[in-house]
Amino acid sequence: MNGLLAHRRAALVLPPLLAGVAALAIWQAVVVLGRIATFVLPSPTAIATAFGTVAPDVVTAATATGTTALVGLVAGSLAGVAAAVLAARLRVFDEVLSPLSAAANAMPIIALAPVFNAMFGSTSPVPRRLVVAVAVFFPLFVNTARGLRQVSPVHTELMRSLDATGWAFTRHVRLPGAVPHLFTGLRLASSLSVIAAVVAEYFGGRQDGLGSRITSAASNSAYPRAWSYVLGAVALGLVFYLVALLLERLLSPHTRRSL
Amino acid sequence: MTGTAAVEIRGLEQRFETRRGSVHALTGIDLRIEAGSFVSLIGPSGCGKSTLLRCIADLVTPTGGEVLVGGVSARRAREEHHYGIAFQAAGLLDWRTVQRNVELPLELHGVGKRDRAARAAHLLEMVGLADFARMRPAELSGGMQQRVAIARALAEEPPLLLMDEPFGALDEMTRERMQAELLAIRERTGTTVVFVTHSIAEAVFCSTQVVVMSARPGRIVRVVDVDLPTRDEDAREHPSFFAGITAVREALRGRPVRGVPAGLGGDDR
Ligand SMILES: Nc1ncnc2c1ncn2[C@@H]1O[C@H](COP(=O)(O)OP(=O)(O)O)[C@@H](O)[C@H]1O
Ligand SMILES: [Mg+2]
Repeated sequence: MNGLLAHRRAALVLPPLLAGVAALAIWQAVVVLGRIATFVLPSPTAIATAFGTVAPDVVTAATATGTTALVGLVAGSLAGVAAAVLAARLRVFDEVLSPLSAAANAMPIIALAPVFNAMFGSTSPVPRRLVVAVAVFFPLFVNTARGLRQVSPVHTELMRSLDATGWAFTRHVRLPGAVPHLFTGLRLASSLSVIAAVVAEYFGGRQDGLGSRITSAASNSAYPRAWSYVLGAVALGLVFYLVALLLERLLSPHTRRSL
Repeated sequence: MTGTAAVEIRGLEQRFETRRGSVHALTGIDLRIEAGSFVSLIGPSGCGKSTLLRCIADLVTPTGGEVLVGGVSARRAREEHHYGIAFQAAGLLDWRTVQRNVELPLELHGVGKRDRAARAAHLLEMVGLADFARMRPAELSGGMQQRVAIARALAEEPPLLLMDEPFGALDEMTRERMQAELLAIRERTGTTVVFVTHSIAEAVFCSTQVVVMSARPGRIVRVVDVDLPTRDEDAREHPSFFAGITAVREALRGRPVRGVPAGLGGDDR
């Protein structure tokens, strides 16, 4: 039984692993044999060498960017869920928020970065955290609101038969029922938060994150080094995504079986 | 016919205004349900059985007439937790364990954790699911889910139990077992039951009265009194069981069934 499980897990992991190795080999071959200039595309070995020397700084920069992303993610998610709950409870709130979120979703949130920098001062950590929070707000709000709206008629009648108050209904039926939707939103938001944090750093402000490291390395023509920080950003995004996935499995047990 | 009836309905009218016009769901309903009786509502689909049950439960507000439950208005009866209700869809909360589903009414009404757990354990024992307390509804069969829903409806020991085709989705075997269990539970609790069904055999086997309804607009055509000597499996073979079935079928068709003596049970309306 255990052996079978390990076997199945290996079958799951092995193909993408082999594909990754093959892709790296092809990449290396193309760059070396095709004499491609480093500013176009450095070879994997060149990036690996550069990574070896800047690794501690990649970690430092990733920590800074990760903090920005995490703070923004938590704040934006809480706001998004709270807004969705209010929208489900109070009609006016829904009528204001839903069109607003649709409009805001069509706007590139990242465009707010320079504006926030000007508002809060470019040495403050607030502007980029705010960019992340705003970007993350919408997937959480939209998904949670959708979950809150999907209530089965039996549950509505049951709660009425029990003379439950509106808040009791929200707490015992609407919110738990929306949990799977909430986590879908969180999963989307987790990678988005890292992207937003890195890109927000492209627009100036404090020079301590992955975004600023990437731009400064690129402007110094240190392309393998720039790629090392990109690699750091990819890893950071993956960590955020996996943590969100883990939280989903731990805290949303009634969806576990269907996963 | 003295004292307070479990349910008393006078001149009930129910219209629904829809986009496609007005639906006259119920008209001229007069019904008195005595405490301790088991009353089934039966009739063709759309004749207003569920609507009548919902009027008693104060889940819809009648457009005319009066509904008294335990001597007070249906609204007050609901607010005072006078009844428990079970629907065709068990309507359990998937994210709660079986035990916490049974505890829901108690939790909403401020019963302490320890008392809730004790009560839920007792009820689950009664419906034969003591070993499943910690499971999730999705891990249970349809019949087991329905038993949890019944346990939940009984959580506050209501004097009145309302059931809308609770066994409608179950296979015949499970259904008959559930009927027997329901009767056993009723025996122990003394609860008055109002039970919607579309199965004649189920209605006759379980009930002290079968209320036969017809559609367009929904109304009561006849109340058939059922008097079975026992309510065990042997009752399904007893002549009075068949007589009851015939009487209900006759009322449903609106004319006598051939080859059966008229006037078996029931009073004409
Ligand atoms: N909320 C409602 N709005 C509009 N029409 C309704 C509503 N509830 C029931 N009806 C109508 O009332 C009639 C009786 O319905 P129902 O009580 O569900 O019948 P039954 O349970 O006997 O099958 C049907 O014609 C149905 O379409
Ligand atoms: Mg019905």
